[in-house]
Amino acid sequence: MMTYLIRRLAYAVPILLGVNLLTFSLFFMVNTPDDMARMHLGIKHVTQPAIEAWKVQHDYAQPLFYNAREPGWRALRDTLFFNQSVRMFALDFGESDDGRNIGEALRSRAGPSLSIALPTFVLGLWVNIGLALMLVWARASWLDRFGIIATVVLMSVSSLFYIIAGQYWVAHLWRLVPISGFVPGADSWHFVLLPIVVSVMAGVGNGTRWYRSIFLEEIGKDYVRTARAKGLNESRVLFRHVLQNGLIPILTGAVAVLPLLFMGSLLTESFFGIPGLGSYVIDAIQAQDFAVVRAMVFIGSVLYLIGLWLTDLAYTWADPRVRFS
Amino acid sequence: MGWQPVVLWADGLIWLTVGAVGLLFWRGADNIRAGWQSLWRQPVAMAAGLILLCYVGIGLLDSLHFRLRLPAQAGMSVQYSVEVNSVLDVLIARLSAYQEQSYSAPLAKHLFVKMPTTLPDGHLVLGYPELTLYQAQRLGRDEQGAWRHWPEKVRLGLRGVLMGVLLAAAMTLLFAGWQAHRGGVSLRDLLRTAWQGKHQLPWRTGWATLTVLCVLGAMMAEWSTVYHVLGTDKIGQDVLYQSIKGVRTGLMMGTLTTLVTLPLAVGLGIAAGYFGGWVDDAIQYIYTTLNSIPGVLLIVAAVLLMQGFIETHPALFDSAASRADFRLLFLCLILGVTSWTGLCRVLRGETLKLREQDYVSAARTLGVSDWRIMGRHVLPNLLHLILISMVMDFSGFVLAEAVLSYLGVGVDPAMASWGNMINAARLELSREPVVWWPLASAFGWMFVLVLSANLFADSVREAFDPLGQRR
Amino acid sequence: MMLLTGCTQRVWNDPYPNSERVSNILYLSFLERPKHLDPAQAYSADAYALTAQILEPPLQYHYLKRPYTLIPQTLTAMPTLTYLDAAGKSLPVTVNPDLVAESVYELHVRPGIYYQPHPAFARDETGQPYYLPWRTTDRSQIHRWQDFKHFGTRELTADDYVYEIKRLASPQVNSPIFGLMSGYIVGFKAYEAMLAHVANKAGPNDYLDLRRYDLPGAQVLDRYTYRIRLHGKYPQFLYWLAMPFFAPVPPEVDAFYHQTGMAKRNFSLDWHPVGTGPYQLTLMDPNWRMVLERNPNFHGERYPSEGEPGDAAAGLLHDAGKPLPFVDKVVFSLEKEVIPNWNKFLQGYYDFSAISSDTFAQAITPDAQGQPHPSPALQAHGITLETPTMPAVGYVGFNMLDSVVGGYSARARALRQAISIAVNYEEFISIFMNGRGIAAQGPIPPGIEGYRAGVLGMNPVIYHQVNGHIERRSLADAQHLLAVAGYPDGRDARTGAPLVLYYDNTYTGPEAKAYVDWMAKQLAKLKIQMISRSSDFNRFQDKIRRGNTQLFVAGWDADYPDPENFLFLFYGPNSKVSSGGENDANYRNPQYDVLFNQMKYLDNGPEREKLIAQMLAILQQDAPWLFGYFPRQYVLSQAWVSPWKPNMIANNTLKYVQIDPGLRARRRVAWNQPVWWPLGILGGGVLALVASVGYTRRKRERSLAR
Repeated sequence: MMTYLIRRLAYAVPILLGVNLLTFSLFFMVNTPDDMARMHLGIKHVTQPAIEAWKVQHDYAQPLFYNAREPGWRALRDTLFFNQSVRMFALDFGESDDGRNIGEALRSRAGPSLSIALPTFVLGLWVNIGLALMLVWARASWLDRFGIIATVVLMSVSSLFYIIAGQYWVAHLWRLVPISGFVPGADSWHFVLLPIVVSVMAGVGNGTRWYRSIFLEEIGKDYVRTARAKGLNESRVLFRHVLQNGLIPILTGAVAVLPLLFMGSLLTESFFGIPGLGSYVIDAIQAQDFAVVRAMVFIGSVLYLIGLWLTDLAYTWADPRVRFS
Repeated sequence: MGWQPVVLWADGLIWLTVGAVGLLFWRGADNIRAGWQSLWRQPVAMAAGLILLCYVGIGLLDSLHFRLRLPAQAGMSVQYSVEVNSVLDVLIARLSAYQEQSYSAPLAKHLFVKMPTTLPDGHLVLGYPELTLYQAQRLGRDEQGAWRHWPEKVRLGLRGVLMGVLLAAAMTLLFAGWQAHRGGVSLRDLLRTAWQGKHQLPWRTGWATLTVLCVLGAMMAEWSTVYHVLGTDKIGQDVLYQSIKGVRTGLMMGTLTTLVTLPLAVGLGIAAGYFGGWVDDAIQYIYTTLNSIPGVLLIVAAVLLMQGFIETHPALFDSAASRADFRLLFLCLILGVTSWTGLCRVLRGETLKLREQDYVSAARTLGVSDWRIMGRHVLPNLLHLILISMVMDFSGFVLAEAVLSYLGVGVDPAMASWGNMINAARLELSREPVVWWPLASAFGWMFVLVLSANLFADSVREAFDPLGQRR
Repeated sequence: MMLLTGCTQRVWNDPYPNSERVSNILYLSFLERPKHLDPAQAYSADAYALTAQILEPPLQYHYLKRPYTLIPQTLTAMPTLTYLDAAGKSLPVTVNPDLVAESVYELHVRPGIYYQPHPAFARDETGQPYYLPWRTTDRSQIHRWQDFKHFGTRELTADDYVYEIKRLASPQVNSPIFGLMSGYIVGFKAYEAMLAHVANKAGPNDYLDLRRYDLPGAQVLDRYTYRIRLHGKYPQFLYWLAMPFFAPVPPEVDAFYHQTGMAKRNFSLDWHPVGTGPYQLTLMDPNWRMVLERNPNFHGERYPSEGEPGDAAAGLLHDAGKPLPFVDKVVFSLEKEVIPNWNKFLQGYYDFSAISSDTFAQAITPDAQGQPHPSPALQAHGITLETPTMPAVGYVGFNMLDSVVGGYSARARALRQAISIAVNYEEFISIFMNGRGIAAQGPIPPGIEGYRAGVLGMNPVIYHQVNGHIERRSLADAQHLLAVAGYPDGRDARTGAPLVLYYDNTYTGPEAKAYVDWMAKQLAKLKIQMISRSSDFNRFQDKIRRGNTQLFVAGWDADYPDPENFLFLFYGPNSKVSSGGENDANYRNPQYDVLFNQMKYLDNGPEREKLIAQMLAILQQDAPWLFGYFPRQYVLSQAWVSPWKPNMIANNTLKYVQIDPGLRARRRVAWNQPVWWPLGILGGGVLALVASVGYTRRKRERSLAR
């Protein structure tokens, strides 16, 4: 068991290397160091010497993968790829192209992201499971049919609509919450309320439907029939057996998503002006600051792999019969 | 006037897809044909399918492109216009014929915003000018007789309803006649069983849906002679026209992206499951790596890369349409590349199970080649899963287009698409009085497409996977 | 909650902390974080909004006087200027500019001006700098700006000004104006080369003490006096002395920021600039907000007591002689989306607001003469409007090197003129700018010498006069010109091929499509086909630099209020492709260049005006630009903001702004009463759902029981 988990961890290294290689080649094909220099030097009076100087100052003057001027392995080491990517493994993200420390930004932005993502996740889980149970419980009644249609309708609405409509009605017309912005600390609940509600709304269709089908599958199993045959009443069957067993796939699935919560949400954060990691990425994309984007891709991958790893762990914990070879 | 056909890459692909899908259903495996027949027996599938057909029809008409010949001039070689038009453009040319200056509300007679106009004496005044369309079309339309007392909008609307009902009835009868002929029953009997709901096909649902569609279509057609049915946008373009043009983009995004994911997911998924060993390891490595990169970021990088390619190779793109087309294709490609992993994993798992089946091991011991086994024994047993995932993913891709437009990496800004419309219109909600129709129209058209696609997908799943193997 | 706070109740949607409710704080928003705050690098309006309040260059513009007038900011008097000939002999002021070999400016700094509190100035008991060198024990404890415990100050000296001028040449700093200034400041190029050499040996980010390297063009004479030497005559230099590029930078601050570990914590001049101005930057979190607070060491300045006629009546002299600044604290909040920004202004959470084209109809109601006023709803809120014209021009350039639209043949000129007539900027202004602009007749905007309003300044190629009004020439005229150009009906007269033009732009975001479609519509009037090539900004710049464009969208924001700053955009030797200058149309007309060289040395007056008129006539004939429009900025301010006067050139104007926080607090409460009934309906819905579940359950169980 232990060796399996350790092997899985080691497996992450080639994957992260692959991610780095891919993003590095992509981004440097998109944006040559010259492009970056122009982007950051501004509009007026930009000359070629200024661009060259900028490149030297920001360590972009080296060749991409292979430095023919250097002997031996330094030919590989004194390259942009080595310097820009490999050090990320030590969680050193360096500076963004406008000269600001990325690690610092990550630290200060993770909080606001989490303050939306975590409640959304928990609340979403509760609401979705609750609604799904309700539909399962009322299965094959008009309520169930109505519920299924409602979930499909909710799924078919663009997520942009939820945000735009939420801001328009709740914040603009009804003045119940600030329309956007953020304050750290205890006052932040004013600001995160609407984003959380909107995000939960946007996920409710999909989630409820999915969980409903999981519960339905569970209800069709033999042990439920046995339990019912023993004379257990419906709600007892539902809450004792179906819920408990259905929760296993739901929670193990949720564990995989848990680490990614740190990344925040691109759309929600940028519409609501939350200074989190999601809006950091959007800003970086718009400013073409690929040092930031590369760092975020790396972190995203690391978190994803942690999620996979946790899922494995969760499976063994939830179902001791599972053994990995 | 002569014309020259233009086959854009996306057009070619979409028509090929239509052909392939048609072939699959008419000549394909038995389980597919049976599923297809049982699919249409569900009322929901019938309703959703008809709506989808409507969209597909619009999209396909918009995928037949040509260039018009310019008026001949003496002593010069034949020249064609740079502008690429589609058959749909010709059919709905009326909608775009009159451009207004700026916003106008649905079915309005006047502009929504004040515009300066110069009076004959040279003074500038601000007012709500009459729309050019209304001005041009209402002339000579002062009708006679009993209609005269009805407001024009109601009059046109009622005429639309009437025409729609008649049209739907005619189409239903035509189809019923064909069915009766095929089934060897009299039209009368067929209609009676259909009306009583005893026929295996849900005729009543089909007829009702068709009527609603025809009535809506006819009403819009009637109104559009004098009004902008869904109003006009900021620079005075007809919103209905824009929305209809957006259909093709939405469909393309859904279909072509699926087309990209299929070979990757099917090929790699089966290979990984069937061969196992290092092939499995390598494929798992690829999809874990791809999956671990946040999809949006990968798409952004790739789209920017592609923009750079277009910039540096302007000679390859001789018209705005071909630039937009290339961008659309590339977007589908990259979206597909980031989203094949889910299906691939499912197929790998299924193949692992199938590989252990007796008939597969029997075939292997008989010395049948691996490719043949995969093609003959494995693939057909996975077709239903592939089909289900196709229809399920479709709506996701349509919705993704809007989000990508917001991020600035969507389809070409010059291309009509719902994402572009939403992106342009979301600021309009801050106007007072609020301009809601471009946003509502884009969301509405997209919603109907995605909703019917989702409902259809549900039915497909029920028809092809009655055991509920994949939810 | 209402009970607790008593009379000044809290409202639900207040985006600010409770404690700030009645404080003397100004609330503003910003759209994008400024790229740089380092005075040698910052070159954008969003950066100036901050740096101009913190840093004090030697000169500033008078707040009220028009035309814009330069006055000393930290100097005892305006700089003295002497012209020298090649032999170093002093020349009279009126001498022929060609004889002037050098201009020498002498600047005398006012004694008794102190810097804002800053750790770089902190000293320990022995008088040694506390944080220089930065001890390792401190390094592990200090992560944020607030963690510094020791602060100090120092008097402003001439040395600080000279140090900054030297920084402009430093290859480590990479100042955008180095290229321009190296043509003027004596020995500047050689100085840069020498510094590059030194920096190469030292490593790119090591501290270079510029005091050790002498620059002939900028020298300290005594503690308070310094001297700047320029090649030739350059009267516009005084304007540069009012820009933050020439603000003082204390060398010890620069050295402080260059220590190991500083950059990693974002402690740099680019993030925490240090100055002598009325405000200091106390919170710099550009992902969220930036806060300026009163500088306790500010040398003091008083509200001006004279202005233009009419200023007194407008209440602008009411505070004459009062000490500046008025507001204790300025909070800039990040606001990336238009809708929240505008709504918060309407709710009273921002004190000033610009108007987007989508909020225009709600904000502005024109009167019978077409003059803009705040709409009745806004007037009821006491909101007032200012509508200054910006010293800027938005245009579409023709690439004069292009084989189709470029060149100086009669044909090419006719083509450009035809397009100039067809592209209707009056319509553009009314659709995209809601009339907030003036269709340009040439490159010089109102408020700048050389601009003529009405018929006097008309561009006769594109407009003609009708009943004393100017009116765009008809489409028939344009079609005629197009035929002259060899494209009758939009088709090449020789081959019959349709004329296709490329339109290079950087439009992105929601309105991109509308802009591009509009331009296509304009050219379609002449049956010219258009292909839009939208690209991101750096690719666009690259295309311009290579001359790889036909029609391209551009704009120019003036650095200083002088026509030279606009007319140099057409000066041949400034061509973008050949010399990397700002002439991005690559226009080159020898006759124009001669006139330009005469004009730039002249003071404003009839002689200069005549030259400018000649130059404009040449430009109008050659039509290297679609002259586009001069934007007007509409700024709304709340009732609690005291009367203010827009100054489109000066950036250090926050010190003149005054607010009434009590009024603001009351209004906010009145305007932001929440609407509760939707929540009631929602609760009802949930109850109904629960009830229906219960009902189904009862039915179900009954049927099971049966």
